[in-house]
Amino acid sequence: MANPLTMKSWSPYVAGAGIGLLSWFAFASADHPIGVTTAFENSAALVEKAAVPEVEQTNDYFAKKKAEGKPPRIDWEWMLVIGVFIGAILGSTLSGDRGSAVVPPLWRWRFGDSVFKRLVVAFVAGALMMFGARLAQGCTSGHGISWTLQLAVSSWIFIIVAFGVGTATVWAIYGKEGAQHV
Amino acid sequence: MFDSPSKLALGLFTGIVFGFLLQKGRVAKFKVIVGQFLFKDWTVVKMMGTAVVVGAVGVYALVAADMASLHIRPALFGGVLLGAVCFGVGMAILGYCPGTSVAGCGEGRRDAMVGVLGMFAGAALYVALYEQLAPAVKSLGDWGQITLPEVTRTSPWLWVTLLVAGGGAALLYDRWERRKTSAFSPSLPERARAQHSAALSFSKESQRVYDPRNGPDRRHCRAVISNRRR
Repeated sequence: MANPLTMKSWSPYVAGAGIGLLSWFAFASADHPIGVTTAFENSAALVEKAAVPEVEQTNDYFAKKKAEGKPPRIDWEWMLVIGVFIGAILGSTLSGDRGSAVVPPLWRWRFGDSVFKRLVVAFVAGALMMFGARLAQGCTSGHGISWTLQLAVSSWIFIIVAFGVGTATVWAIYGKEGAQHV
Repeated sequence: MFDSPSKLALGLFTGIVFGFLLQKGRVAKFKVIVGQFLFKDWTVVKMMGTAVVVGAVGVYALVAADMASLHIRPALFGGVLLGAVCFGVGMAILGYCPGTSVAGCGEGRRDAMVGVLGMFAGAALYVALYEQLAPAVKSLGDWGQITLPEVTRTSPWLWVTLLVAGGGAALLYDRWERRKTSAFSPSLPERARAQHSAALSFSKESQRVYDPRNGPDRRHCRAVISNRRR
């Protein structure tokens, strides 16, 4: 068998089981579920506080989070996000599976090869996605994996609705013909 | 402002493994995420499903052994529903989810990098509008920190068993459909490359064997003679 570290891809079952085991480790070692988007919220809050110091008084957010015992900070999850970036660099460098292409082929088939268009839409879509994740208090990692495995009601609703809406959006954009261009 | 250094180090370690697994699982790619929504590529569902099944068994065992506690967010239904709609639309257009956007950055994907900048803007917008948003979301219904076993008044192990059974059935179905999957099955391009290099070395070998300048090739002659005898 070839060296798994230099392979371009693992079976989704192996990678998924690895993430499952990793969540045991996260619960046992840090008593923390794996999540990504709270760190973005904390960073944004810290930046807003640094840029406009009086926001700490004017925006209720900071008082509320302090009262909840969760003031914005550089924490376990913040480092986890940095780690995800490093881990993906490691994984892709070991296998040479790196890509700098900006416009994915399916996107090009539908919207042409304008880099500008793809990046502007990526920015707006990223903002919308994160805004939704913070409204719902979780994303694919948080709600989708870490809280569904704890059998939380809200997470099962979130992931079913989010993936349902995602499916509808993709079919509205690319349609049946798009499926031939993936 | 900061967690303890050991906790930060634990987070970093967990993150590196997480990012590595996301990358190897191929979910840090536009085509895989959008392919899932188009029902062309089931990687995302297979991976998340396995993670949830494996994770649920261990985490509930840890909780039973008093080695960890559950961390459930309150079910603010307005927030969850509205959030899920925004999230679904955003993820479908971007082609990455938050975790895989960061992993996509690590893979060098430029659109994921801009997506992460957008995510940061989205988080900033949420913080800025928090005062108006939080009460509005709360007024739409807060069911508290509830889990499926609590709502149905059943044992969590019933649910964990159901998850394992469902996951097992899905796995068997997938095996039955594609017999030749191995645990570390190479991707299609990798298989194509392997076939190509095999064909290339075969043609090089036959060029060498049949090139008159190399004289008769002993091994080849022997093979031909033994074939004739048969």
